[in-house]
Amino acid sequence: MASQPLDFPTAMIEAPTAAADWVMVWPVALALFGAGLLVMLRGQGRLQFGLAMLVIAAIFASNLYLVLRIFEAGPLAMTMGKWLPPFGITFAADMTSAVFALAASAAAMAVAVYAQSELTEREERFGFYPMLLLLLCGVSGSFLTGDIFNLYVWFEVMLISSFGLLILGGRKVQLDGAVKYGFLNLLATTMFLVSIAYLYGLTGTLNLADLIEKSGNIETGPLLAVSLMFLFAFAVKAAAFPANAWLPASYHTPAVAVSAIFGGLLTKVGAYAAIRVLTMAIPASIVHLQPVIVAVAIATLILGPLGALAQTHLRRAVGFLVIGGIGAIFAGFALGTVHGLGGAVFYAVHSMLAITVFYLLAGLIERMTGATDTLSMGGLYGASTPLSILFLIMVFLISGLPPFLGLWPKILLVEGGIRAGNWWLAGALLVNSFLTLIVMSRLWAHIFWRNGPEGERSEQPNPELRRLDRREAGFGLGATAVLMALIVGLGLFPNWLFEASGIAAHDLLSPDRYVDAVFGGERT
Amino acid sequence: MEVALAGLIGLFLSAAAYLMLSKAIIRMLLGVAILGNGVNLLIFTVGRLTPEVPPIVPAGETLPLAGSANPLPQALILTAIVIGFALLSFLLVLGYRAYQELDADNTDTMRIAEPEAAPRPPLSY
Amino acid sequence: MNTVIFRTAAPALAALMLVFSVFVLLRGHNEPGGGFIGGLMGASALAIYGIATGVRETRKAIRVHPITFAGLGVVLAAVSGFISLPFEVPFLTGLWWIFDVDGSEIALSTPLIFDIGVYAVVVGAVGAMALALEGDEGED
Repeated sequence: MASQPLDFPTAMIEAPTAAADWVMVWPVALALFGAGLLVMLRGQGRLQFGLAMLVIAAIFASNLYLVLRIFEAGPLAMTMGKWLPPFGITFAADMTSAVFALAASAAAMAVAVYAQSELTEREERFGFYPMLLLLLCGVSGSFLTGDIFNLYVWFEVMLISSFGLLILGGRKVQLDGAVKYGFLNLLATTMFLVSIAYLYGLTGTLNLADLIEKSGNIETGPLLAVSLMFLFAFAVKAAAFPANAWLPASYHTPAVAVSAIFGGLLTKVGAYAAIRVLTMAIPASIVHLQPVIVAVAIATLILGPLGALAQTHLRRAVGFLVIGGIGAIFAGFALGTVHGLGGAVFYAVHSMLAITVFYLLAGLIERMTGATDTLSMGGLYGASTPLSILFLIMVFLISGLPPFLGLWPKILLVEGGIRAGNWWLAGALLVNSFLTLIVMSRLWAHIFWRNGPEGERSEQPNPELRRLDRREAGFGLGATAVLMALIVGLGLFPNWLFEASGIAAHDLLSPDRYVDAVFGGERT
Repeated sequence: MEVALAGLIGLFLSAAAYLMLSKAIIRMLLGVAILGNGVNLLIFTVGRLTPEVPPIVPAGETLPLAGSANPLPQALILTAIVIGFALLSFLLVLGYRAYQELDADNTDTMRIAEPEAAPRPPLSY
Repeated sequence: MNTVIFRTAAPALAALMLVFSVFVLLRGHNEPGGGFIGGLMGASALAIYGIATGVRETRKAIRVHPITFAGLGVVLAAVSGFISLPFEVPFLTGLWWIFDVDGSEIALSTPLIFDIGVYAVVVGAVGAMALALEGDEGED
């Protein structure tokens, strides 16, 4: 065996790789390249902003092209370094990856513009833009990778850049939040690593497409242990109910732009990984785990908005609404049907964009009222028409009321719940919408309709109100309004998203096309 | 051999869990460090242990010797060590800064982000 | 730490370590070595120099901020992947150019560029961390 001549063509990929296939790699490679370049250009504020925008726009374009190609030709894959899968590290994208990546880059673009209105020169010099790009690199990498260990690496890339962003500016409250965020997330990724180790020990492979086949042979006992550990790790990352404590403790502490990108992207990566690994790569696990996931989803759906209801700190309240949204995604994940998973993917896209806008909007409100607590806000209705319009749309959008984007995934999810006969889940989804509506309308009443701060003087005009200066109105309000316009547009013309999430759910449940893309159709 | 290593890993993980349950940040850091090492050992063990044949292709051959060790866990561990090292050093600096700025090495007294005397939820309009 | 012996020896020691770190980096592809451990040696050279002469002197001696090094490393690593594009092979494929200079073989390759990138990242990031921990104007 030792001296057997090696047949090289079977060990390496010989077919030439078309430049168009690089569409998988650009989001990650460009973000990495841009981050390195911007680190070298420390201290050049204007140039940093321009370059970062250029890179993010290129990533957005690449992701858009990726979505279009997947509509046309189905999942795509590329294995690094010419090694044949499953030995080489594969990047593979189906519709789920592509729409997640597209939404992420759209949110990142809005945040990059908004940051211009907010960051001090010191924060910009300390590297907001390089770290934003590195975060986007980690997030895109997580969405596009086809290798579970590589997924762990992208989680860590994301984690380390988020640490940097979280303490940017170095205020005391940020250090406090960062300690909690840091330890709990590190624990989650370590747990993820432990589960990967066991999975590798059981199957001998790390390639997701390869796992689909090999995970079928695992015995029930080890399968249950491994999948529960995966579920724990991803639930912490996604801030699902019993493991959500780190999110409301940290997300309100950094700059608003940072809160926005965290709330929009990071938790969704956890939810994405849960769907990708448990539903697609280890399909046998879902049968056993379903009751657990249903319970987690229901608890998260109800407790998220209830937490928000108890908060008077605006951005902390938004943090709890992020958790409620994760509940909806987990509801679809728990159903595991075409409707459920389609709804989960659709809802995740909605949530990424809507939560980002919500944080940006909260930042503008904090700017105008000079307060972080809703008790001392008030009077914005008369003071700012554009903010009032944006926030009113937000009320409908987050609660899932027509005619905005939040309605459609909720319909899919509730329909999925009813079809599966899972009335508890369907009910919890509706209760979640109702509670969210209460939270939102109360925020609307307190921040906009009430004239002044809470208390006896609530009918007097709020003396703390100030106008947005030109920078804030241009970059801040501009970015928020444009992203909101995009969401409204998507909500009015949701057909392609319905179609995309249907394809995504179908490919998650019967991933033959994904496996074919990774192995080049040789293994069927 | 696997059994011995499994016991050792269990020891590592329980020590890590004990330390991480502490309120002092410095102990939590030590717990994280031990946890990382325990996990690396775990990856090493699940990759199957083979005695004393390094996974190096001898000169003039195209395949490694029969029965040689599995090189993949070693690559995974190397990656995990590098990442764990980076995160641990970040947390170390963070813990130090938090100690300086917040004057607290105890997570119970670290309540700036979530103040204990938070206002009650609004009861009236 | 402020002994005469250490202060006199440290610059020479640091220089030696830097040279050796480059040696380790370059022999890395087929033999033990490589960008990561080479980079760690380079960073420890910076740290030793910093302990002996003070952080400010070290920063002056390396001229650029260590983090800039790290950025350069990331750029190099990304570029080593981009080179695959015109050759119609997947991202990060190892491409080799072997020259014969005066009877000895000089092998240039994209893994080498990647390794140099790793070296720069490690020297930059670990060096920056070491200098920050050695006490400084509070830069993180």
